[in-house]
Amino acid sequence: MNHALIILTLLIAPLLGFLFNGVRFRSHNAVVAGAVATGAAATSFICSLMLYFDLLKMPPESRVLATRFFDWITVGNLQVPFGFVVDQISVVMILIITGVGSLIHLFSVGYMSHDERPAKYFAYLNLFLFNMLVLVLGDNLLITFVGWEGVGLCSYLLIGFWFTDGQKAAAGMKAFVTNRIGDAGFLIGIFILFFTYNSVNYADLANLIPEMAEMSWSGPLTLATLFLFIGATGKSAQIPLYVWLPDAMAGPTPVSALIHAATMVTAGVYLFVRMSHVLVMAPLTMGVIAWVGALTALVAASIGITQWDIKRVLAYSTVSQLGYMFLAVGVGAFSAAQFHLMTHAFFKALMFLGSGSVIHAMHEEQDIRKMGGLRKYLPITHLTFLFGWLAIIGIPPFAGFFSKDEILWQAYSSPQGSKYLWFVGAVTAAMTAFYMTRLMALTFWGRSRFGQDVHPHESPPTMTIPLIVLGFLSVVGGWLGIPHVLAGILPGVPAGIFEHWLEPVTAKLGEGHGGAIVEMSLMGISVALAGLASGLAFICYLFSPQLPKQIAQMLGPVYQAVYNKYYVDEFYFARLISPLVEGSKALWLYIDINFIDKATYFAGDLVSGLAAFVKTVQNGKTQSYALYMALGVVVIMTVVLL
Amino acid sequence: MFLSLLIFLPLVFALVLALVPERWVRPSALLLSVLHFLFSCVLFYRFDPQKATLQLVEHASWVPTFGINYFVGVDGISFWLVLLSTFLTPLVVLGSWRSITSRVRAFHLAIFVLLTSTLGTFLAMDAILFYVFFETSLIPMYFLIGVWGGPRRLYANMKFFIYTMAGSLFMLLAIIALIFMTQEQSGTMSASILDFYHLQIPFVGNTFLSTQTLLFFAFSLAFAIKVPMFPFHTWLPDAHVEAPTPGSVILAAVMLKMGTYGFMRFVLPMFPAAVESWSWLFLLLGVVGIIYGALVAMVQPDLKKLVAYSSVSHMGYVMLGLFAFNIYGATGALYQMLNHGVSTGALFLLVGMIYEKTHTRQIGDYGGLAKVAPLFTIAFLLVTFSSIAVPLTNGFIGEFLILLGTFQSHQVFGGLAVLGVILGAVYMLWAVKRVFFGAEGKVIREHHGEGFDIGARELCVLTPFVILIFWMGLFPNDFLNWSKSSVENFVQHRGHYELNLEE
Repeated sequence: MNHALIILTLLIAPLLGFLFNGVRFRSHNAVVAGAVATGAAATSFICSLMLYFDLLKMPPESRVLATRFFDWITVGNLQVPFGFVVDQISVVMILIITGVGSLIHLFSVGYMSHDERPAKYFAYLNLFLFNMLVLVLGDNLLITFVGWEGVGLCSYLLIGFWFTDGQKAAAGMKAFVTNRIGDAGFLIGIFILFFTYNSVNYADLANLIPEMAEMSWSGPLTLATLFLFIGATGKSAQIPLYVWLPDAMAGPTPVSALIHAATMVTAGVYLFVRMSHVLVMAPLTMGVIAWVGALTALVAASIGITQWDIKRVLAYSTVSQLGYMFLAVGVGAFSAAQFHLMTHAFFKALMFLGSGSVIHAMHEEQDIRKMGGLRKYLPITHLTFLFGWLAIIGIPPFAGFFSKDEILWQAYSSPQGSKYLWFVGAVTAAMTAFYMTRLMALTFWGRSRFGQDVHPHESPPTMTIPLIVLGFLSVVGGWLGIPHVLAGILPGVPAGIFEHWLEPVTAKLGEGHGGAIVEMSLMGISVALAGLASGLAFICYLFSPQLPKQIAQMLGPVYQAVYNKYYVDEFYFARLISPLVEGSKALWLYIDINFIDKATYFAGDLVSGLAAFVKTVQNGKTQSYALYMALGVVVIMTVVLL
Repeated sequence: MFLSLLIFLPLVFALVLALVPERWVRPSALLLSVLHFLFSCVLFYRFDPQKATLQLVEHASWVPTFGINYFVGVDGISFWLVLLSTFLTPLVVLGSWRSITSRVRAFHLAIFVLLTSTLGTFLAMDAILFYVFFETSLIPMYFLIGVWGGPRRLYANMKFFIYTMAGSLFMLLAIIALIFMTQEQSGTMSASILDFYHLQIPFVGNTFLSTQTLLFFAFSLAFAIKVPMFPFHTWLPDAHVEAPTPGSVILAAVMLKMGTYGFMRFVLPMFPAAVESWSWLFLLLGVVGIIYGALVAMVQPDLKKLVAYSSVSHMGYVMLGLFAFNIYGATGALYQMLNHGVSTGALFLLVGMIYEKTHTRQIGDYGGLAKVAPLFTIAFLLVTFSSIAVPLTNGFIGEFLILLGTFQSHQVFGGLAVLGVILGAVYMLWAVKRVFFGAEGKVIREHHGEGFDIGARELCVLTPFVILIFWMGLFPNDFLNWSKSSVENFVQHRGHYELNLEE
């Protein structure tokens, strides 16, 4: 089959699903809506597989399937076709998006079965899928931007899905506006690149910039990539724009799994992997990205330790894991970044869906203090969640171990890396192990802390099957990236498959430092840290439940600050939003009403005053007119004579 | 004869409407306006988009002593504005089916007279003729607001009238000065805009008191008030709030464009040196307008006033694009004029539709409307997306090109204007949140929300807007190709602009 046709089908299927469910949005039938939407997602997944196998048949250096459907914008030198490209990078993305996406659609059929508006939900979900595919397949920055804003829009609609709750609607708005701040930066980045290099096409930029950067000043490039990074901090929830993601948990849980864990939030990482050849020419930007990523990872993990809402813990965990991915991007480990993007998509989608299953079973309860002992009631959810837990805390041979350790190693050894970056990453890893173990212990283990009236039950197969598949992927997904020092550790699985796959299309920095022994010992340290931190969490939350409270009390204000998310939301509200609203009211009152309008009235009064004067002059008396005439003659004479 | 027919047919229609029985007024007005729109579509056959010339020209002597003629023609710049005017009229007639209850006949007469004057303004190529049409348009609008308007209509009307008249006075003086100048320079008096382009207007830098600068400001003032540009915008919110829905739609969608069109037809090509040295002022006011309009829109308690202030912000983009003076800015500005006509026109219609049922426009009275009026909500959201320039809607193309163009010529202004992208989302989505989402507000509790959703007639009114929003967003070339040659000519011949007649 013609690859253009496959790409078209891949894109159109979810769009048709959206239209089908969108037109009948009033329907209450979750099965029909879900079947159509899941079918659309599955169709796209099949198309992605076909494209993958097509690529596989081609020689590694020229694995590109491109197509252009029509010219979108053609003005001056700006030529933007509706063009899409499938290569090693985007094929991985579309496999994740449609694969994990299909599973989440399937899960939603069960999860949303009692909802009032399932058709509307599935319509939005399909629309999201379409936009996400546009984002990763676009062959130029502007098409990516179309998807970029499109996924933001769907995120807005889905976060505020239960809109009768004002807080949920507000969370949706917060997400969109925060993303818009990033998008404004993204736009400026596009402008600079376009005016400096005359193109917005990825392939053109990748060919042109390394050549031009050699001989010209790299200022515009650094600036452009920094602005693009602002865009990424919005979409991928990095400091300082991460604040929307925890609130985004207001949406239905499968949405959190798909959009706010597995796919949309990784768009920023994807963007820089796609532009790796451009980014490596801007080392300053790379440094900024690495440090912002590392700090975001650390800060978010610390907040994660203190939260009680199961979804919020996972949300901060996502922010933290995205920080790892940016750390990887920043040190030039592009394949490691995308590798972690993939394994994270598996295990985090798994855990979000698992939390959905828990919330479903607990009748919408999300506070882990009111859970405990769910292992007995939800055996499948527990077992799969366990896999996700082992994956994220980095226990070999689960997926997260390979991807996270690759990042930590590169953070240490890359020419852009440093031991400080590694240290921040390693501390974060320990924190991750702690808060995830805490989550496991409080939710699934120990004794039950919920009331007698709650009868948790395992979810239906439409929900457990996706969990099982993702659980499986959370184990084997990592085997695609076995480090070379551990080559042969798993019989029959070669090392570095993933890296090898991406090699022809990602930029490479020079040789790093540090040998196999260092790598092995760092690996050992991080596994040991994870083990220790988990052990500590075991003690705190299973054996001596008083301990965390005592520690929290001991830390006092520090604990309060972390628990309250460092008061960042409060700061933004008090220092930005509130003054903006009050200032705008003042503008309206003082400039529009009290200044401009008053000035207008004054001018009006002046005119009518003048008119009144003229009226008294024209009084119709002959004597007066004679007087004016005489005066006029005098004036004219004076002027003429002088 | 085609353009003259296009311009004056509405007047004939007005006569017809004056004679038909009362209950036939609405249907005949609808039928005639649809016919007129279809007739205007003949332009697609008669107009050659490959040429940057003035086409379908008609010429007749009017006041030969002063070189004033009846002179009309169309080029790629006026092409879409003409079609926008004819496209909106049937929708306005259909949209006012229920909201206008008194003096129905007179109302439709005013609408058709207004159509003639707007078409005349966009097509006139003689400055005096332009001025006559430009000013005539005030009269039907004055009646629309004064007769069918809200409680403070007299105040609003006065403000609207005085503001615009004051501006036009300066323009008339400037036109007269230019006519005399044609005599000085070529021996014969002419009020033809094409002849004005050939004038060598003396310019001295670094002073306000040079002929070209004075003329430049005289025209600019008239058009800046019309646009309206900050700080001449305060008549607009009042006029909009008091105007009946159809009045607001035409005012925003068509009449504001007379201002920006005036900049494109007169100011930018005629006074290149003055434009060069004063463009910073207009870029600055454009950026201030974008940000200021958005901020003030954000805190409006009245939904219609919010939309009115959003116009100030959107028109700021148009001004920015025009004064960026490159292909991206000019194309974007022209596109944004159409976008604003579509999206703001639709927004005013939507606000009118809900007002008809609830009799309040206070955002605070609403809340939870989405639950009882889902179709209305969908329509409002779609138009909102266009208004905040989400890609694949028309708004994005215009805003992106304008920002791109501004960034090319003035990075600082371009960078500041990008803030408008954020603020636009803030004021619209905040309003959407308060009106449609959250708990049930006062209005819904009182009326139980029955019958708030839109019906078949309203759906017919809104559907064309929604189609255009996505058509213009997905296939902008379908639209831009008709203006491309003219806009390129406009940008490339900066300083020695020339518009030739079609042979």
